[in-house]
Amino acid sequence: MAKPSPNDRKYTREHEWAKDEGGETITMGITDYAQEMLTDVVYVELPKVGRKVRQAEPFAVVESVKSVSDIFAPVSGEVVEVNQALEAAPEIVNKDAFGEGWIARIRMSHPAELDGLMTAEQYEGHIKVAPR
Amino acid sequence: MDYVPHTPDDQKEMLRAIGIESLEALFADIPETCRLRGLLELPPPLSEQEIWEHMGRLACRNRLPVATLTGAGAYHHYIPAVVSHMVGRSEFYTAYTPYQAEISQGILQAIYEYQTMVTRLTGTQVANASMYDGATAMAEAAVLAAKSLGRDRLVLARSVHPEYRKVVATYAWANGFECAEIPFEATGQVNGEALRGLLDGRTAAVLVQSPNFFGVIEKIKPLADLAHGQGALLVAGFADPTSLGILKPPGEAGADLVVGEGQGFGNPLSYGGPYLGILAGTEAFMRKIPGRLVGATVDREGKRGYVLTLQTREQHIRREKATSNICSNEALCMLAAAVYLASLGKNLKKLAALNVWKATYLKEILSALPGWKPLFTGPVYNEFALACPDAGDANRRLEKAGFTGGYDLAKDYPELDGGILFCATEMLRREDMDRVAALLK
Amino acid sequence: MELIFEKSRPGRTAAALPASDVPEKSLEGLIGRDLLRDELNLPEMAEVDIVRHYTRLSRRNFGVDAGFYPLGSCTMKYNPKVNENAARLDGFTALHPYAPETFSQGNLELLYGLAGYLCEICGMDDFTLQPAAGAHGELTGVMIIKRHFEKKGQKRTTILIPDTAHGTNPASVALCGFQVATVRSNAEGGVDIRHLQELMTGDVAGLMLTNPNTLGLFERNIEKVAAIVHRKGGLLYCDGANANALVGVTRPGDMGFDIIQLNLHKTFSTPHGCGGPGSGPVGVKRRLAPFLPVPRIVKKGKRYRWSEDFPLTIGRVRAFYGNVNVMVKVYAYIRALGAAGIRRVSENAVLNANYVMARLKPCYRLAYDRPCMHECVFTAEKQVQQSGVHATDIAKRLLDYGFHPPTIYFPMIVREAIMIEPTETESKETLDEFCEAMISIAREAEETPELVRSAPLTTPVKRLDDVLAARKPDVCWTLC
Repeated sequence: MAKPSPNDRKYTREHEWAKDEGGETITMGITDYAQEMLTDVVYVELPKVGRKVRQAEPFAVVESVKSVSDIFAPVSGEVVEVNQALEAAPEIVNKDAFGEGWIARIRMSHPAELDGLMTAEQYEGHIKVAPR
Repeated sequence: MDYVPHTPDDQKEMLRAIGIESLEALFADIPETCRLRGLLELPPPLSEQEIWEHMGRLACRNRLPVATLTGAGAYHHYIPAVVSHMVGRSEFYTAYTPYQAEISQGILQAIYEYQTMVTRLTGTQVANASMYDGATAMAEAAVLAAKSLGRDRLVLARSVHPEYRKVVATYAWANGFECAEIPFEATGQVNGEALRGLLDGRTAAVLVQSPNFFGVIEKIKPLADLAHGQGALLVAGFADPTSLGILKPPGEAGADLVVGEGQGFGNPLSYGGPYLGILAGTEAFMRKIPGRLVGATVDREGKRGYVLTLQTREQHIRREKATSNICSNEALCMLAAAVYLASLGKNLKKLAALNVWKATYLKEILSALPGWKPLFTGPVYNEFALACPDAGDANRRLEKAGFTGGYDLAKDYPELDGGILFCATEMLRREDMDRVAALLK
Repeated sequence: MELIFEKSRPGRTAAALPASDVPEKSLEGLIGRDLLRDELNLPEMAEVDIVRHYTRLSRRNFGVDAGFYPLGSCTMKYNPKVNENAARLDGFTALHPYAPETFSQGNLELLYGLAGYLCEICGMDDFTLQPAAGAHGELTGVMIIKRHFEKKGQKRTTILIPDTAHGTNPASVALCGFQVATVRSNAEGGVDIRHLQELMTGDVAGLMLTNPNTLGLFERNIEKVAAIVHRKGGLLYCDGANANALVGVTRPGDMGFDIIQLNLHKTFSTPHGCGGPGSGPVGVKRRLAPFLPVPRIVKKGKRYRWSEDFPLTIGRVRAFYGNVNVMVKVYAYIRALGAAGIRRVSENAVLNANYVMARLKPCYRLAYDRPCMHECVFTAEKQVQQSGVHATDIAKRLLDYGFHPPTIYFPMIVREAIMIEPTETESKETLDEFCEAMISIAREAEETPELVRSAPLTTPVKRLDDVLAARKPDVCWTLC
């Protein structure tokens, strides 16, 4: 069973989370539901720091043994930090998707986009009907 | 004859189990209009004995040469007897791709060992389980370079095998990449100054070959430095893989990807195939290189074992996003290469030296003929280009005497009219070479 | 088992080299110190130990000669031995690809003849034998499509591919700079005609269709499909990977296909060699023939020669002429079978698949319950729901029964897919033994699911840790 989605952040339909860190910066990662669907994560291809992304643009990749999934930017902006720990230990995404397994920090160019994302409650509803 | 074991009774019983009347009914889904009326127009069937005789007659219509003086991408080497015996084991040759690791440990371990041998020979950190041939290995390396850097220009040395350049050009056209050509200089090596002028921020890769098509050994290091200076990759090919027995590994000299034809390692000439493409690269390409890759791991009980790994690179998972579409490779040819390398071992160095000495001898005696002289001044491995009075005439004389002659360079290099490329491997005896010189006098 | 590097002992040698009969000069003098390598770390072994090493490895491998190989989509049929012997004749192995044409008339006659047979079998007008494998043939075929529209001055950007297609199809299309658009399958496993109509615009260069498709089902609407594609000026490409269902019964060229690649290592019985060599010739209709790769063989009187004189060609896709020695075996195979034998191939391949389907239907759910062609696709969903036994567990358990497992988890539109292709070369007894094993495993899945989940129990290694292999790639030995 996936861990409950925390209330302190927003969610996308593609199973990313984005947490407002203040200073128009968010931390993002994939949800616990997503890591469970992926099974064992074997590799995370991180974006380059400094990369400009648009909302919903694929900007990172997570791989399991038999699948490859794009990670979409939950908001537009600039990648200011990536979780380098995932390069050597991608399994952190499986262990703690909402915490230590974060993927990138983005400085938002359109902070209003964040408000448009789903709440934890809405997301939980979304995954109940999402195809497994 | 055919290879279907069923008797009419078997067929009847099976049709009954399926619940249909006739074999014809099996094809009910095929529209009437598309069905073949009657039989195909093919020659009548033959018994096994007739097949054997017929194939023997066809084989005899090929004439075995007294000796082969051409290399040009395919090399006549002695193949130790163990190679055909090991490759001829049906556990290997009748098996499929080792997707079921538990019953494929044999080939998986053999591939892992081959990958190791190739990384050691080429000075790289990762080598795949083979591409189709040397030319496609180079073309796929070019595509990989362009796609991984997001650039669309390739710079190829004119001294790369002409057919490899054509294959790269075909792949480049299909992908919308531009190709530029680096001229060679009097040594037969890449002209560094010209290369500098051809490089720009759009250039994904510089592709060279060493030994190159003329047999000349390139200085890889300065070429790699030039490519890297513009953020481009250096793809280093080679002509005969046995040259790696003595030459500095291209990876150590700065090549990012090393590609070439592996046929010279234990595979017969077979009129051009099947051969095997060698493709290897630095650690940076671990998760990007095309083709199958075997990795070591452990089983549930902690025992060492091998699996096909990093499969997310490949078409069956990444589909249109894969860097390559390769599926079948040349595994059995790769196995031959591995057994060959195990059999030669450190003797590969001696074999390579023998090739250099034979080529040096033939080059010297042919250069002493009136009107004959070396085309290039650079150091060579087992091939060398000569200028001669009439390449066509020379080859006609050799052909008449039963030799597969030299490669007429004017076909691909109009500027080298009268140029002819010879190869001397350990298979040429001194008396053969003396005879060649006498024939060409 | 120890690696060959671990068995290496300094000073041991196998193949001794002849002494030099020409002067032995200093390599440093001839080539230069800076271009030479320092050390060469290859194994040092005695011949007997090399033979034992590879013989032991071979015993940890499973080939068609050892047992039944019902690997869907791969056509693992028996590889006749006389073909192997023929291909090993000196006349076929000893010639250099640049040998004079006067030396190679036997090869040229064989290749020319083979291309003709393939034209007749497929209903095409011309064939190139250059592509080295099926995917290479696909790439060549898509390049021909690209050239065709280039010549017409049309910019078409997209190629359509059904959702059941092999992964090589979209990858080949992408490698030619086309976009991929996916056509949905309908409820009976064929092309969704309405969706095809919607997608088939003037931007679309063609449709790549495997027929029968990867569900083992014949595209009943093939004529309609062809008409839709052709009406918009598109080309219809046949992925011939499943030609074993058709040969001698129907011809892709007669169904409206413009291009086809064959996988000679599947339909035409050449051994797979642990993953290759294959051979992927491409056949085309007359109007596309000018675009075929060069060189091509031309016949003048009784003589054959190579020609590059085809100005509209896409160019070369490989050095030399293709996997010639594989084609020697194919030529021998076709000559042995003749027209009647070729028809018996597909008739019995389809008979065997339908027989297996009928026998296993009570125990495994069919993905699409209708008569199949050369292969049938089941799903393990029933087993998953009942006892948590997955397709992979069933496959691994088959290893304990001495069979190579079917293809699993493909095609992707079928969950828990189990894809069985028996081929025509298997006897009723073999099929019965396999079916008994499958039925027995279905029973085990109900009664002792843990047993099935822990399989295989009898193989040299147990299930291997794929996750570790992908997280910490160890792709070459660095210890000695």
